[in-house]
Amino acid sequence: MIQVLRQTGWMIVRQLRNLAREPIWIALMIIQPLVWLVLYGQLFSRVGPLRGGASSYVEFLAPGIICMNSFFGGSWAGMAMINDLDRHVVDRFLAAPASRFAIIFSQVVRAGITAVLQALLLLLLGLALGVRIHGGALGWIVVFLAAALLAMAFAGLSHGIALLVRTQASMIAAANFIGLPLMFISSILIPQTAMPHWIEVLSRFNPVNWGVHAARNAVLTGGHWGATSAYLLALVAATSVTSLFATWCFRAYQRSI
Amino acid sequence: MDAIVANELRKRYKTVQALDGVSFAVREGEVFGLLGPNGAGKSTAVRSLATLTRPDSGSASVAGEDVLRHPNRVRRKIGYVAQDSGVDWEATARENLLLQGRIHGMAGSPLRKRVDELLELVGLREAADRVARGYSGGMKRRLDIAIGLVHRPRVLFLDEPTTGLDPEARAAMWVEVERLAEAESLTILLTTHYLEEADRLAERVAIVSRGTVVVEGTPTELKSNLRGELVTVDLTEPNRGVESALEVLKRVDGASDVSGEGQQLRARVPNGAQAIPVILSALEEQGFAVESVTTARPSLDDVYLHYTGRDFTSEDAEGKR
Repeated sequence: MIQVLRQTGWMIVRQLRNLAREPIWIALMIIQPLVWLVLYGQLFSRVGPLRGGASSYVEFLAPGIICMNSFFGGSWAGMAMINDLDRHVVDRFLAAPASRFAIIFSQVVRAGITAVLQALLLLLLGLALGVRIHGGALGWIVVFLAAALLAMAFAGLSHGIALLVRTQASMIAAANFIGLPLMFISSILIPQTAMPHWIEVLSRFNPVNWGVHAARNAVLTGGHWGATSAYLLALVAATSVTSLFATWCFRAYQRSI
Repeated sequence: MDAIVANELRKRYKTVQALDGVSFAVREGEVFGLLGPNGAGKSTAVRSLATLTRPDSGSASVAGEDVLRHPNRVRRKIGYVAQDSGVDWEATARENLLLQGRIHGMAGSPLRKRVDELLELVGLREAADRVARGYSGGMKRRLDIAIGLVHRPRVLFLDEPTTGLDPEARAAMWVEVERLAEAESLTILLTTHYLEEADRLAERVAIVSRGTVVVEGTPTELKSNLRGELVTVDLTEPNRGVESALEVLKRVDGASDVSGEGQQLRARVPNGAQAIPVILSALEEQGFAVESVTTARPSLDDVYLHYTGRDFTSEDAEGKR
C-alpha cells in the first residue's frame, strides 16, 4: 500500500515535471479557460433568463466554465496514456513491479491538479469581472473540490478508453463523443429552469452536472451544503469507479501485446 | 541451475499463432540467443517470460520464480529491454533512471550512486542531465539498457538490442553487451534477427521459426553439425536447364542439400577442395559452362536453412508485417 502511494507520488512528479517543460502547453492551459469565460460571458450576457438568480451572467457562468474546463481536461487526459503507450514507457513500467493502479492514479491526480490550478485562475478572473463568491472560504474549497473531482472522474474514464482503443485517432473521437453531449446535457451554460424538460431529467444523471451544482451552490448561494456534499461524494464514487475501471483495462491491453 | 526455463509456451493473436510450443532453457550466467526472422515469435516469447503478456498455455520460470503464478516476484529479478525504446523522451537520462529505481523500491543515496554508476557504464555521463528527446538512437538504446539494470537484476532480456542502429553503433553495442554480461554477472536472453550478432554474442542459441524452437546449441555445435562446406557454382550460360545441372550435382559423391536459383547452384559437400574438381568436370561433361565456384564454411545462415528448409532472408521479408 505504502509502495503504491510512493510510486503514485513519483509518477505524479514525472508528469508534472514533463508538463513543466512544455511552455506552449502551459500557456494554452492558462489562456483557453479564460477565453471561454470572457467569450461565453459576453455572448449570453444580455439574455436575462439565463442568469438563474445570479447578479450577472458571468457570476452564473464562472462555476460552470470551471466545471466544463475540468471535465474536458479529464476527458482528454487519456492522450498522455496514448503517448506513453506509443513510447513504450508503459511496457517498461509493466515489466517492472509498478502498481497498475499507481500508473493510472498518478495520471488521474495530475488531471485533478491541473484542473484546480485552472479553477484558481478562473475564479481570480471572475473576481475581476465582478463575480462574488457567496460561500466564502468554504465556497472556494468546494469549487476546487468540484473541479478536481470532475477532472479525476473523467480522467479515469479517459485512461480506460485509452488502454482499450490505444490509438490517437480513436482517443480523440472518443473524447469528443463524450465531451460535447455531456456539456449540453448540463447546466454549465444555462440554468436547469431554462432547459427543455427531457434534458433537465437527463441532466440529473450527468456527473458533470453534479459538479456544476456543487460549484454553483458555493458561488451563487453559499448554502445547500448538505446537497453540495452529496454531489461531491457522488463524484468521489465516480472517480473510484473510473480509476478502477482503467486499472482493469490493463488486462485487455496486456492480452493484446 | 537454469535461470530461464520456457516450457511449451503457446500464444495466439486473433489469426496468428505467435508461439506454437516454445521450449528452451538458459543456464545461469549465460548469454543465450533466440535467433529467427521477424515474426518468428521471439519477441512474444520474451514478452511472456518478462511477464508483460500472458501465454495461452505452457509454463515458464525465470530466476527460480514461476512466471504465471508470481509475476511480481519475477519482475523484481529481471531487467526487460524491449525492442522499442521505453525511454521517456521528456525526461533526462538521470530522471529516467531514478524513476525506474523508485519503481523498484530503491531510494536515497544508494539509488543515486547506482544511477551514477550506470550512467558511467553506458557512457551517458555527459548527457545525463539533458532531455532524452535529443538523444541519438544509440544513446537511447544504451539508456534503455541502463534502465533495465538499475535494480541489479539477475536476468536481463534484450529484445533486438541493435535493430535500427547503424553498423558502427551496432558494433559498439556488441562490445557493451559483452562488457555488461561480465561486469554485472548477468544471465542474458537476447533476441536477434542478425545471424552474425547471435554468432558474436551468444554462447548458445535457439533457432526459432514459426513459433517453435527448431534447434538449440552453441553456434559452433550447430555449424559443425552441418558437416562440410557449402559450394556455390555460378553458371555462365543463361536459361539452359538449371534443373539438369542440379541433377548432375546430386550425383556427385557426398553432395547434399542441393538447391538452385537462377544461374546459381548450391550444394553441401564434406570437403570443398576435393569436390570442386569433381563438380566442375561433371558439369563440363554435360556441357555447362561455369562462371565461378566458391566454397564457404557453414554459417548460422546455413544452419538456419538446414533446419527450417527456408532461406533466412526470404522468411525474414515474409515475416515483416
